[in-house]
Parts: sequence; C-alpha cells; structure tokens
Amino acid sequence: MVTQTMLEPHTQQDQTRRIVIEPLTRVEGHGKVSILLDENNQVTEARLHIVEFRGFERFIQGRPFWEVPVLVQRLCGICPVSHHLCAAKAMDQIVGVDELTPTAEKIRRLMHYGQIFQSHALHFFYLASPDLLFGFESEPAMRNVVGVASVYPDLARQGVLMRKYGQEIIRATAGKRIHGTGAVPGGVNKNLSVVERDALLRDIDQMLDWSRQAVAIAAEYVEKNAETLADFGSFESNYLSIVREDGAMDLYDGSLRAVDADGQIIFDGVVPQDYAKVLAEEVRPWSYMKFPFIRSLGPEWGWYRVGPLARLNTCQFIDTPEADAAREKFRDWSGGRPCHSTLAYHWARMVEVLHAAEKIRELLHDPDLQGTDLMATGERREEAVAILEAPRGTLFHHYRVDRQDRVVMANLIVSTTSNNEAMNRSIRKVAEDYLSGKPEISEAMLNHVEVAIRAYDPCLSCATHAYGQMPLEVRLTNSAGETLDVKRRP
Amino acid sequence: MQNDTVTFVIDQKEVRARRGQTILEAAEQAGVYIPRLCHLKGLTPHGSCRVCTVRVNGRYQAACTYPVADDLVVENDTEELRTLRRDLLEMLLVEGNHFCMFCEKSGHCELQALAYRHSIAAPKYPHLWPRREVDASHPDVLLDRNRCVLCGRCVRVSRDVDGKNVFGFVGRGPHRHLGVNSRRGLGGSDLSADDQAVTVCPVGCLLRKRTAFQVPVGQRRFDRQPIGAEVGAGAGSPQPSESPMQ
Repeated sequence: MVTQTMLEPHTQQDQTRRIVIEPLTRVEGHGKVSILLDENNQVTEARLHIVEFRGFERFIQGRPFWEVPVLVQRLCGICPVSHHLCAAKAMDQIVGVDELTPTAEKIRRLMHYGQIFQSHALHFFYLASPDLLFGFESEPAMRNVVGVASVYPDLARQGVLMRKYGQEIIRATAGKRIHGTGAVPGGVNKNLSVVERDALLRDIDQMLDWSRQAVAIAAEYVEKNAETLADFGSFESNYLSIVREDGAMDLYDGSLRAVDADGQIIFDGVVPQDYAKVLAEEVRPWSYMKFPFIRSLGPEWGWYRVGPLARLNTCQFIDTPEADAAREKFRDWSGGRPCHSTLAYHWARMVEVLHAAEKIRELLHDPDLQGTDLMATGERREEAVAILEAPRGTLFHHYRVDRQDRVVMANLIVSTTSNNEAMNRSIRKVAEDYLSGKPEISEAMLNHVEVAIRAYDPCLSCATHAYGQMPLEVRLTNSAGETLDVKRRP
Repeated sequence: MQNDTVTFVIDQKEVRARRGQTILEAAEQAGVYIPRLCHLKGLTPHGSCRVCTVRVNGRYQAACTYPVADDLVVENDTEELRTLRRDLLEMLLVEGNHFCMFCEKSGHCELQALAYRHSIAAPKYPHLWPRREVDASHPDVLLDRNRCVLCGRCVRVSRDVDGKNVFGFVGRGPHRHLGVNSRRGLGGSDLSADDQAVTVCPVGCLLRKRTAFQVPVGQRRFDRQPIGAEVGAGAGSPQPSESPMQ
C-alpha cells in the first residue's frame, strides 16, 4: 500500500516541472490535476485539486429544518435525490420518527433506486463508455456521447432511455425529475398512482434487459483487459459502505461496515449516530476537499474507498437474484478477495444498475405504493445523523436543530470526499506508469489520468459543496515558473 | 338621487359596475383580471405594491383604490402596462432575498406566479441581497423577513379581522420592515397559528411551521392554474389566501 507521505509536497522544488490538467472533463464539477516532474522527468507529486467552494454547511444554518431536504439537494443536479433523501432521513429523526409508514419507506426506496439507475446509466453510457469503447488513446473528437452515438447508435440510445426511465421514476415519486419535494420529515407527500405505476411497468422489462447487457459489456471489458486493468491506477485499499443487518447490499439504509484489503472486517454494525467514533476528516492546505480516514488506523493507513466497487467488496450478498449472480461472477474474477482494480468500478456500477432495476420491478408490483398513510409523527429531537449509499458512495448528513426549529450545525461528508485519497493515488499511479520519463505532453497521456479519475465517477461539486461549469487545461511550466506549453479543452 | 350603476370601459370592453366599487373589483366581476399583490378581497385597499396600475383616462392609477365612475376609459392589458408591472415585479424580486428553488411557498406564491405570468425568467436588475432577520421564536409560526414584500396584508388582517394588531411597519424607505408588537419577537406576541393573519401572506414570509412541502409538485395552487385564470374563466371564486373574511 502506498503511504500518505508519498503524496505530500516535493521539498526539492528546483529543476522541477509542473503539469496542470485543468479543467477535468467528463466528470461532474470543477477540478484540476497537477503533476510535478523532477529533472529526470520522474513524477514526484500528483494531486487532484478541487477549485471551488460553496459552503452549504454554513449557509443552511439558521434555516428551518423542514427546508433542508429541498435546500441541500441543490448541491447537485446529477444525484440530488441522494441529498434529498439523506437529509429527509435525518429530519425524520428530528421529528422523532424512527420508522416510516410502509408506503413512505417504499416510495423513498423507489425514488432512490430510480436515482441510482439514472445516475449510473449517465456515467457509464455518457461519460465512461467513450474511453472503454474507443480506447484511451483514440481520437479526442470521438471521445464523447455523440461519438458513441455515431458508431454504436443502439448503445447510445439505450443509455439515453435508461437515464430517462430513472428520471421518470424520480418525477413520479418526487414530483420533478430534478430537485423534487417528495420526501418530507416523517414521510412523503405522495404515493404512486396506478396510472404512474402502469406507465413505469410498461418499460421495466426492457430496462432489465438493457441492464443485463450493460453488465455483460462492463464485465467483458474488464475481463478482456485484465492484464492492463489489474494495475491501471489500482492499489490495495480499505473499503466502506452501509450494509443491511444480514450483510446484504442496501443502498438506502443500514449500518456502517469497513473491510481491509483482504476483506477482513475493520468495523461492522456501526449505527449512523456513531460515525464520528470510527471516522475522522483531515484538512490539507492544497484542496477544499477534506480527507476522511478510519480513526483506528489513522490518516496514513485509514483512508478508504467508497462507491460501487466498495459496496461489492463489503456486502455478503445482494438480495435480488440476477444482481447477486453478477456479484458472484465479479467476486470470482477477483479470486474471492476484495477487488482492487480501479476500472472494475465500471463493472460494479453496472451490477448495481441491474440490482436497481430488479428492485424497481419488485416495488412496482407492491400494492403498498398505492397506500395513503404517508406520514408518521414522534417526539421532537435536536440532533440527527443519516447515512445512505449515493450512486458515488456513502453519504453522511449530520445536523443539530435548536428549539426554534433552526439548523445550528451541519456536517456533510459526500461520497467523492471519501474517495479523495484514493483518487489522488490513482492519479499518482497512472502518472508514474504513463508519464514518468516522457518530456512531451500528449492528449492521450492526459486522458489516461482522466480515465483513472472517471472510474470513481466523482462529483466535484458535491465534494466541496461547490459550484460552476466543467471544462481541461494542461500547463507545462519550468522550475522558474515560466509556462512552456499549454493545452486546453473547451 | 344618483344612479347606483355606472358604466365604464376597460380594455375596449364596456362594463357596468356598482357605484362605490373600485376599478379592480368591477373589472374582476366583469371577468377582467388586473394583476395585484397587496390587494386582498374584503380588506381596506392598501395601494402600496402598484402591481395593479392601470391608465384611467390616460393617467396612471392604482386599480385597487380608484373608484369606478361613468365614462372612465381604463387601459389594463396593454404592452406598456405589462412592461411596467414586469419592472415592478422585478424590483420586488431583487429587493428581497427570494430563492424560489427551496422556498416552501414555491407553487403557492403569488409573487412567483405573477413573475411567471409576466415571463420573468431572471430579473434584469442587480440583486440587493439585504440582511433581513428571521424570527423563529414563535412555536408554530415562522416569520422570514427575507421574503417580505411589505404588502401589509398581515398588518391589516391582524388588525381588522383578528383584532390583535400583531404586525406593523417600522422604519422608512429602504429601511422599512415588518415589526411585531413584542420585544421578544413573534414568540412574545399573542399571535396564534390559527389567526387569519398567518394565512394571507402572498409570499413565503409568514408561514405555519412544519407544514412545508406537504402538497406535491403538480398539485400546488399555481400548478393547477396560473394566477388570474380564475377571473378570466368567470369563476370569480376567491382562492384560499384571498378569503380571510369568509
């Protein structure tokens, strides 16, 4: 395992060159990568910088607690449902509700599976597939969803329609495809009408079929390129997610489990309220994004990965048959141990797409969704912690609310933040393997770095609670700070 | 003895009205909608927001305060007046802190609905971002002055309907703001969550606590029909927040 100090600043700044990739493309949000080369063109430092700052944790202070699920989801336009639901779960506790009505619980789960389905489809088909289908060094003009549509029109169409289907589920449960209001403290504000249910049922078999195909594409890609991928931006690490009490994958609710590189349990069954007992965050001066770590292991050894790869590594099984079979195949491929291949994130992500589709089908046949008992009530509390598995990984929302109903403290740990250390290591690894000793910057070389970052499907806006557009600039400077070469993508 | 009925023209349409009615009331009765914000049926007209500005015999007047009379020629739905109202609405939007995206009144808000009616995608004036106080001291009612448009509805209803005088205006010009009759804030007043004053706010300033977002998107007041549609449709039935006297 690489130690933390290997990522820290290079002390001998003489005779070094810095390469900056800014902005990163085909990721959500703003970011840049800087790579420092010594006089022999060897990589001495590689970092992912998040260059935005939004401060949601600060400006929701003073706002009434019932506003929070609708307010904090504005962190993101890709997976707002994750923030909406996580905040709603926290506010359930604030209004003293430990158990939702069956209808409310299932409507929220349906919303969440719709969210997982559309977000994963967006990432795989729109953002990642150009690299996987055309190769990391292919013609840049083709490396986008339009390029995919021109060569693989059916695949591009599937991606678009799968995303649309997930968004329609969100619209039916939250009222809008983006930034809805469905989850309220203590329950939901609507059920699923028979008309809405039937409209969604019409296409579910097609979605399942396309999900199976997506798993096959991702699995085949990883298996065919096993030799390259085993090493590409990869390393052994710890993994974290929530799991259900019986060890099943559960994306909506559960307790925290962390495993080490061999799959041994570091901690298990940690309830959300105790998250700060097992996890801590470190701040480093060069990034707005914090670095979380497992307390018992310390910052140097306690960093961990989250997201689809982590979830497949932490859970014992998946409670839907087809996704579980896909999980077993995935597990076999990695020899029954946790899988550490960074690009296997794509495969794991598609296993979850299949799981989400199976769950959606199961829920659509559940009459509880047409129930009318939507809200529960309880005794008011002042502090709450909620955790769920967002598409990109474990999401934590922690709030304190005063007696006048105002939020007085908020702490959000988003998935991408948990992957901060790992993404930096992947960049470092790829930079060392593909850039070291090469004086010229090629576009393909840069794309290798981005491919490694993209595997995590980072949401940089969420990670800093930040704001803006997403575009890539690479700057080559000499040790005097003079710019030698700049390459920019619009 | 004076005839009780008058006849006047609004938007080239001849309208009969009862003497003593305002132009706004008479127009509404005739199925002509005049946009308004501070006006509330059954209350003394306030004439402060000027959103109901019309031209009466060529001169600008507030339709909510101007009495009908024979031979008036009223211009209402003209490009000039729509532009004027749009400017007034835009100024209201930038002078407060209005974040529709997470406001619980979104979809029920008359200011937002008027903005949609007047095709305001984004205000052209710079936001003033004033510092405004939120008063959460009442156990069941929230007063968020960020969203106050100084319409005076709560002031009038508390005084004239609830008989409590909880609200009043404090300060002048840009410093004018909504005050309450207790040094300890709303929580120290005798306001009750059941008071009519709590129900008449056209925006998200005065709210019953813990009732937010309970109406799903698609079923909210202005999801069902745009503001003013009930007048054009001839229904004329008052909407919930317009009927504190009933």
